[in-house]
Amino acid sequence: MRIILALLSGALFGAGLAFSGMADPMRVRAFLDLFGVWDPTLAFVMGGAMIPMALAWAIQRRIERPLADTAFTLPDTRGIDGKLALGAILFGIGWGIGGLCPGPAIASLSLAPGDVAPFVLAMLGGMAIHRIIIRS
Amino acid sequence: MIPGFPEAQPVAGLIGGLMIGLAAAIMLLGLGRIAGVSGLAARATGLATSGAPRAVAVAFIVGLPLGALVVAFLSNDVPARFPAPGFLIVGGLIVGFGTRLGSGCTSGHGVCGVSRLSRRSIVATTLFISSGFVTVALMRLAGAL
Repeated sequence: MRIILALLSGALFGAGLAFSGMADPMRVRAFLDLFGVWDPTLAFVMGGAMIPMALAWAIQRRIERPLADTAFTLPDTRGIDGKLALGAILFGIGWGIGGLCPGPAIASLSLAPGDVAPFVLAMLGGMAIHRIIIRS
Repeated sequence: MIPGFPEAQPVAGLIGGLMIGLAAAIMLLGLGRIAGVSGLAARATGLATSGAPRAVAVAFIVGLPLGALVVAFLSNDVPARFPAPGFLIVGGLIVGFGTRLGSGCTSGHGVCGVSRLSRRSIVATTLFISSGFVTVALMRLAGAL
């Protein structure tokens, strides 16, 4: 049940990314390009995603546990620290350079595997570097 | 079409956004977890030691390209224009490192965290969109677009 729900969630997420045009790195970069031909589509995608999720959080606060598991496992970190800020700033830089964030990059593996592979491999490399650094 | 913004696709964006939000809602209410792609990708590939059960992370990550493929079959065309490989490699490296250091990306912080009104996620989302704006502006200035 959990595997099926996770697969369904991933597939619907990937379908939404492809349908909304977010699988096109140049469209994403055009959202970030305030001094070019600005493309606000990404803001509509974010806004659209907020609607079901705002409802979902309202429901989450009223139920004891999720449908297919024994408890909610949600981030409980509160403070805003340097790691959060530096990580987010770096992510935005990479997002602007490549026009891709992790979701569209992985979703594109079926649409344009050859084009997106360098990004996905480098992204996994960046994650591996992070893991090595936090361990040492 | 929005006057003044020839490239905008507000309706497709909104519908796709609703699909993404519903997908994240399934993850939250079904499995009790955040649909954060960077965290689940790290978990699925063994690059994170804690997080969702490995099988859940793998199923979600495998689902992403499958769902995109369904849309491509139905619509016949999902346009995608990629920057040169050099940009993809440098961008990918920074995205991978930054999302792990900052505990999330557009999905985890942007969609799930902001809709939860998490202060951390609102700060992170503001920062990554702002640094994206600055980066692309600098690239435009340097003639790299």
